[in-house]
Amino acid sequence: MINFAALGNDLYTGKRSIDFVGRYKRWYLLSGIFILLATLGLVFQGLNLSLEFSGGSEFRVSKVTVSDTYEQTAKDAVTSVAPAAAPEVTTIGSNTVRVQTEKLSDAQIRDVQSSLAKAFGTTAGDVSASFVGPSWGASVSQKALQALAVFLALVAAVMAIYFRTWKMAVAGLAALIHDLFITVGIYALAGFEVSPATMIGFLTILGYSLYDTVVVFDKVRENTHEARGNGRMSYAQAANLAVNQTLVRSINTTVVALLPIAAILVIGFLFLGPGTLLDLALALFVGIAVGAYSSIFIATPLLVHMRDKEPEMVELAKKAHRYQARHGGKVLASDAAPVEHGRDEEQPEDAGSLESAGVGASAPGVVRGTHKYATSGPRNQPRRPPKSRR
Amino acid sequence: MAINPYNRKPLKVLAALAAVSIGLYGLLFAAVTWGDAQFKPKLGLDLAGGTQLVLAPRLVGNAKVSSDQLNQARDIIVQRVDANGVAGAEVTTSGGRNIVVSMPGTPPKATEDAIRRSSQMQFRPVLAAAPGTNQPVPTGTSTTGGTATGTPTGKATGTATKPAVPTATGAATTTKAGSALPGAFVRATTTPATGASTTPAPTATTGAVTPTTPATGGTATPKDASDLAQITPQLTAAFQQLDCSKDGVLDGIVDDPAKPLVTCSDTGAEKYILGPVEVRGDQIKDAVAGYQPLSNGQPSNIVEIRLSFNSSGTKAFGNVTKRLVNLEDPRNRFAVTLDSQVLTAPTAQAAILDGQASITGSFTIQSARDLANQLKFGALPLSFDLQTRDEISPTLGSEQLQMGLVAGVIGFALVFLYSLGQYRALGLVTVASIIIAALLTYVSIALLGWSQNFRLDMAGVTGLIVAIGVTADSFIVYFERIRDEVREGRPLRAAVDTGWRRARRTILAADGVNFLAAFVLYLLASSNVRGFAFTLGLTTLIDLLVVVLFTHPVVALLSSTKFFGGGHRWSGLDPQRLGAKANRARYAGRGRVAMPAPASATSDGSAL
Repeated sequence: MINFAALGNDLYTGKRSIDFVGRYKRWYLLSGIFILLATLGLVFQGLNLSLEFSGGSEFRVSKVTVSDTYEQTAKDAVTSVAPAAAPEVTTIGSNTVRVQTEKLSDAQIRDVQSSLAKAFGTTAGDVSASFVGPSWGASVSQKALQALAVFLALVAAVMAIYFRTWKMAVAGLAALIHDLFITVGIYALAGFEVSPATMIGFLTILGYSLYDTVVVFDKVRENTHEARGNGRMSYAQAANLAVNQTLVRSINTTVVALLPIAAILVIGFLFLGPGTLLDLALALFVGIAVGAYSSIFIATPLLVHMRDKEPEMVELAKKAHRYQARHGGKVLASDAAPVEHGRDEEQPEDAGSLESAGVGASAPGVVRGTHKYATSGPRNQPRRPPKSRR
Repeated sequence: MAINPYNRKPLKVLAALAAVSIGLYGLLFAAVTWGDAQFKPKLGLDLAGGTQLVLAPRLVGNAKVSSDQLNQARDIIVQRVDANGVAGAEVTTSGGRNIVVSMPGTPPKATEDAIRRSSQMQFRPVLAAAPGTNQPVPTGTSTTGGTATGTPTGKATGTATKPAVPTATGAATTTKAGSALPGAFVRATTTPATGASTTPAPTATTGAVTPTTPATGGTATPKDASDLAQITPQLTAAFQQLDCSKDGVLDGIVDDPAKPLVTCSDTGAEKYILGPVEVRGDQIKDAVAGYQPLSNGQPSNIVEIRLSFNSSGTKAFGNVTKRLVNLEDPRNRFAVTLDSQVLTAPTAQAAILDGQASITGSFTIQSARDLANQLKFGALPLSFDLQTRDEISPTLGSEQLQMGLVAGVIGFALVFLYSLGQYRALGLVTVASIIIAALLTYVSIALLGWSQNFRLDMAGVTGLIVAIGVTADSFIVYFERIRDEVREGRPLRAAVDTGWRRARRTILAADGVNFLAAFVLYLLASSNVRGFAFTLGLTTLIDLLVVVLFTHPVVALLSSTKFFGGGHRWSGLDPQRLGAKANRARYAGRGRVAMPAPASATSDGSAL
């Protein structure tokens, strides 16, 4: 196993840096290809909706003795007539087997009826056929979409407030839609059946994608805030450094999230064959991988593009350019290093007091002599002027 | 031995976590011992099977069900099922005619009835009232009364196999037979005088009907809904023949909102001729069940349903009560009917203009809550009869769950190995945190299964497995921040504190967004999506709880040990391996300089 600690050091300090933001064309192109594939899948293949969405045919074989192998018997009987029917088999009561399939034509229904009757050793009269309506009907989808719209609007508002810029919210949502679209598209391309469980899988991806983007953006926020304070880095550089600094986190998190799902995938593939478990695991695997990718490669460059043109950021870039020219043109982590701002009230001194003690000592190795006014104590107390001056 | 002052706070926090966990497990244990909870989480329809109810619409004559009606009925039934908890039931239409409800477990009879009842609530003025039985037998059972034959019972529907409606309402009634007729509107506090079925009152019957005779000869078109001119001789005859003590007497009753109605109260104690509908059930904006407050604000033990009407309902209700106040008994009474049966018929004592009313009746708190939900989500366009009720086997084989769990264990083992490789000894903290999170999740799901009927389906199980990743991420964010701080040259204890402050912000923001997702989806979506939202919200909360109450205090405690604080090379926080800028002054920007303290500063506590 590779140990990322050393890589993390280099990425953190800026000794090694991957130009995520600068090579945006490459990433956009890659995403463009994925989106194109997804669109092709959606347009030509379409989503293969299960009978929970579109309704289907239902057969009931009554008056049978239900053996242990009823499920396989029924499935074989149905697929021998209609291979694409995706049968779902359950028992109802003690002597009835229910088989639900996708919508079949009248001729197919008759064939399946006789095939089932033969398989279970009854007459075709004991196999009833009817249509079932969708359990996840249009109204459920509509409500879910409404909820989604409200949620996205709220999340955009919350992100805009938290990050103090609506552009981060837009970039985050763009990444989210990117992830969902690609996952759904790949699903369509692979021709897997979309069941309510898959829908839940897609929603899980939505949650994960947002989570991941917020984590990366929080570091971007921290670094760019610092850069704007000291003017040593342009917005793009600070954002790029942030992505590099969180890269080890992103890799570790993605691996940790993907490991259990990979386990499900392998086990599902080896022992179970196609089924809810495998479908879900695949959706999640693709979705989480894409989600991690988009936070780094799509969301951040997108954000930088949106903000780079702001007058303030143009100004910052100029300032940073001047500074870097003076200092040999190298971007270092210390330029965006978190500085002690206002400390939290609950922990007024611990880490901080060590530092200020160091400042007071004016130890060797200080870059530049600090003004004695600044070194005189941990804090400049306000002095009360004499009464005559008040 | 004195406790290191640095450790006081973490220890306190850990104690809080222990208290929370013990409390939750204690609650579960108590619920299993004295309640009907179980230690295992409840499983959903696809994993454990359940009960399938086939509901057939009750049709009068050869009326047909339109697909619109059926879909509307399905949507309302879905809402009613959802109101019973997050069980994840499946509601489909079948054959363009029936509605199939598949629910996990075995729902109690009351739930079944609540789902399929039409719950048409109507408000009609009382034209005439009489005790419910025609020929009171001293024993109180009048089932042998010969008069009770005739028109109302004659129209039995073809599909109905059981006499459903009266038993359904009867099941909800738990008040003793001798109690007074239920209920009054809030403003109208006096309960109307009732003739209990034990008092022989032949005179009352005639007395109530006689006022109708002079009126019938008069005007043909009634002035208002309380006008006695509406009572035709047929109605009088039907009224006299009606015997409310007989089962199934109201089956096939034709309830036309524009015409008067002859019906019984739900206890069968009184029968009425009611005027046309004046306020409809769909004019109710909200319905809440609760205990009626006493004058001192304390809740009493009388169960009431508080209704608030929408603007048109408020107006209509105000007009009716204004008119009824001035009429003589029994025409000053206002009947509340549910599925054509009178729930309560209190006397109007004042005009109610603010659109707030309260119904008290023979409710238990449970039946009142069911009814309030039904009123809130609207009435079904049709009544349904239970056609079949069967056990249904799980759609997913048991091997899917088993394999899913095996995969979860393998996945967890891989996560364990990976975090040990990446974070050395700190990886143990990750694993311990995940185990704590898993224990808390388990107890929460078992408890929610008991209180909210929360059930795990396959999607939920995979969601929980994914949650391992999201939960582990909080620790990864935290550890990476600590490492960043160590790289900055901070001694470990300081690095833990500053790293925590930064990581906490990130974790709160990210979890906040996830929790928002869960909350919005839970409120607005229906059926399966609600179940998902529930799982997401739960795991997010537990993630937050564990990282605040377990991971951080444990890391804080560990940072004062020699192994971690000294930066042992297997601790995962070795400053040299992390390339810390040891003993080098660091310019911290804005004219400040940060000097890392020598390593000895970590153990002497001088920073205090």
